[in-house]
Amino acid sequence: MKLLTCVSAFGLLLAANAALAADPNLGRNLAATCANCHGTNGKSLPGSGIDSLAGVPKANTLQKLADYRSGARTATIMHQIVKGYSDEQLDLIATYFAAQK
Amino acid sequence: MLMKRRDFLKAGAAAGALASLYGCAGATKASGHVVVVGGGYGGATVAKYLRMWSEGSVQVTLVERNANFVSCPISNLVIGGSKTLADITVSYDNLKSKWGIRVIQDEVGAVDSAKRSITLKSGGSLSYDRLVLSPGVDFLWDEIPALKSADAQAKILHAWKAGPQTVALRQQLEAMKDGGVYALAIPKAPYRCPPGPYERASLVADYFKHHKPRSKVVILDANEEIVSKKPLFTKAWSELYPGIIEYRNNAEVKDVDVASKTAILEFDKFKADVLNVVPPQRAGSIAAQSGLKLVNTRWVDINWLSMESTNTPGIHVLGDAVFLAPGMPKSGHMANQHGKLAAAAILNQLAGLEPNPAPVLMNTCYSFVDSKNVIHVSSVHQYDTATRTVQPVKGAGGVSAVRNEAEGTIALSWAQNIWADMLA
Repeated sequence: MKLLTCVSAFGLLLAANAALAADPNLGRNLAATCANCHGTNGKSLPGSGIDSLAGVPKANTLQKLADYRSGARTATIMHQIVKGYSDEQLDLIATYFAAQK
Repeated sequence: MLMKRRDFLKAGAAAGALASLYGCAGATKASGHVVVVGGGYGGATVAKYLRMWSEGSVQVTLVERNANFVSCPISNLVIGGSKTLADITVSYDNLKSKWGIRVIQDEVGAVDSAKRSITLKSGGSLSYDRLVLSPGVDFLWDEIPALKSADAQAKILHAWKAGPQTVALRQQLEAMKDGGVYALAIPKAPYRCPPGPYERASLVADYFKHHKPRSKVVILDANEEIVSKKPLFTKAWSELYPGIIEYRNNAEVKDVDVASKTAILEFDKFKADVLNVVPPQRAGSIAAQSGLKLVNTRWVDINWLSMESTNTPGIHVLGDAVFLAPGMPKSGHMANQHGKLAAAAILNQLAGLEPNPAPVLMNTCYSFVDSKNVIHVSSVHQYDTATRTVQPVKGAGGVSAVRNEAEGTIALSWAQNIWADMLA
């Protein structure tokens, strides 16, 4: 199971960006930068009013992030934060959260 | 997308080589003992994440002098009167019972980086494979000589480390007569929590406005101008607290007269009813005592790929104690991010691998301008191989458009979630 996770992470990394393919835990590490507000592994506290990201399908998270970036979706802060990450990084983050149960 | 069998095999071989390089095939797994000194935003985070990410294969001991975690962020609401100390206090119990971290309530006596061991003040020693120091800041009392004694420090408070001083400052404000003056001295940057003093001035003004309307807040700022979120603070003060807050720039407090609660500036004196002096700061003294290289004699010089001291391999430093990268604040949020960067790097190093070459950090600081309305500042920082440091991403981050209650709610949620991220 562990090996499978690793192999699929590699596949994604190799496909996404060779330059970023250095650390197999890159998605985990990047997603951890969201955890201050969105909770460890994307599980925010129930009722805290901040979205949980764990288990959200990747496409949904990526669409939401794209809408923050374009301004199609208004935000207090996410429109500023999303611009700090590359598309490849956002892809890794959304993939990591989608895999969290 | 169709791959010829030959190419597929080649790709598979490459992935296999990488997998073994990074230990995915199970050839190498991080193991060893990490000692963490300081259980604040940095130290608690690195302790939990080392245990979580290693799935328990790395042993972690946390040495912390206090029995419980008390948060500096949100502590200005205790001073303003809308929160209590209990609201900003969190137990270390989950780190022990849920994450299997050995938590020792003690202080470090000395670090022997050659032998990789530390001694504890109560006696005994601990050996480590990697040491993480997250000591926060110490105050430079020499720069305000009359405040060197414990007796003086009990009268002229800093309340810049949350805990008993936070409660004591609230009590001084409650005891002050209406028509009195609260003076807040701010040291030259860099200091812990850049917007913190301006938030504190706002919340004390909010308290005066509702309970002691003839009273005043005077800010004695050693800096040339407001260090963080200047337009938003200035607007809040003129609209919410006209005639209550007076701001003085280039007003560095050089000393005090404790008995008369007088701040002594270079060419001037200022007498207050409640005098609150935030002293100049440097990395917690354990950093210098351990022989770590400091910048400007104050802050620890680190490698941003691993948070490791540049002159002492095996010792990682987090949070307010480090010499910061460009545009990076000394904040609890940032210390938590340092903790995760260090945890990832340490686990790679304990498995015989290089740290992640592309770390990312981000920051958010919420400041209350009254008990409900909040303004934020945010930033994202990416590692830059050319300058070998993390650099703020241009075009990302920013501040609130206007102060607003929605972010007041979010700021309190932020606190609950980050405390859980560190300690639950």
